[in-house]
Amino acid sequence: MKKLVFTGLFLIGLATMASAQLKPGDKAVPFNLKNVDSEWVSLDDYNDKKGVIVVFTCNPCPFSKAYEQRIIKLHKKYAQIGYPVVAINPNDEKVSPDDTFKKMQARAEEREFPFPYLKDETQDIYKAYGATRTPHVFLLTNDQGTFRVAYIGAIDNNAMEERSVSERYVEQAIQALENGKKVEPDVVKAIGCTIKTRG
Amino acid sequence: MKKIFLIFGLALLVQITHAQNVGLLNKQGLEDMLNKTGDTIYVINFWATWCSPCIEEIGFFQELHQAYEGKPVHVILINLDFPNQLEKRVIPFLKEKEITAEVLSMTELDYNAWIPIVEKDWSGAIPATLILRDEEKKFIPREISRKELFALVENISIN
Repeated sequence: MKKLVFTGLFLIGLATMASAQLKPGDKAVPFNLKNVDSEWVSLDDYNDKKGVIVVFTCNPCPFSKAYEQRIIKLHKKYAQIGYPVVAINPNDEKVSPDDTFKKMQARAEEREFPFPYLKDETQDIYKAYGATRTPHVFLLTNDQGTFRVAYIGAIDNNAMEERSVSERYVEQAIQALENGKKVEPDVVKAIGCTIKTRG
Repeated sequence: MKKIFLIFGLALLVQITHAQNVGLLNKQGLEDMLNKTGDTIYVINFWATWCSPCIEEIGFFQELHQAYEGKPVHVILINLDFPNQLEKRVIPFLKEKEITAEVLSMTELDYNAWIPIVEKDWSGAIPATLILRDEEKKFIPREISRKELFALVENISIN
């Protein structure tokens, strides 16, 4: 009987872990991933920053493409006040052949990404964060040496037309952090392609 | 001057909807569609040309559309490519696949404004299929097989 209960508890534990998804306020999951310049980039490298705009994104998804220039602009605008962008490609390249490391390098070079574009080779990081889309933003804030999640979701409310955007969720969240105000909303459903995985 | 633009815009719109045989759908149109009452079965599929599982299953919806021709089964394919891709990608794709079922292009680009209307907990991931008749509603937020699709429509029409 005891054994059964233990097994049961263990299984419940596993199930909970599998569906783990970060929520605002949670401690961010540390990562150390290979950048398109073949250097490794870890979250710890950003300890002197006020925060990090982590964007799970990829090469071929039309939503990622539509947001590409806006992600570059976010970095240019906010890196200088302490919130740089770190882009992470979570897709399995067997399922999504446009997301090989080589093609990531080509994309980053062609578009002159001013931020790292990291490969989540084992797909552990996107799962630990609970990202489901490309693009999917996790805005992290540096809470006295510990990165915590401040905002999760969409970049803004109009993927196709930047000029029709009326809600800039990520920018509004950073402004709130800068002004010591509550981030609201702190979760907005991310719109985009599903993350490609073999399971 | 404004009037000229308006007329020009309308003419362009009419031409687009006519020539491409793809209608436009906004939030209000979607709400109206989902609130229809009566005996007609609505089979509504959300898809895009960039979504490979969508493309794999779109033929089943065309088959369904043909199989139920003349019967109160209305297949509607709601396209989620960006509207500026209609001419370049969507229409050529529909021609190539010989799709004659109704296709509507979603023009409400704030997706979070309309996703919850379809189903409260839907993430917006596609493909997704909604089968409706009056108060009956079946939502399949994933790929669907030919067999499952036909069985669902068959079941709802027997009830």
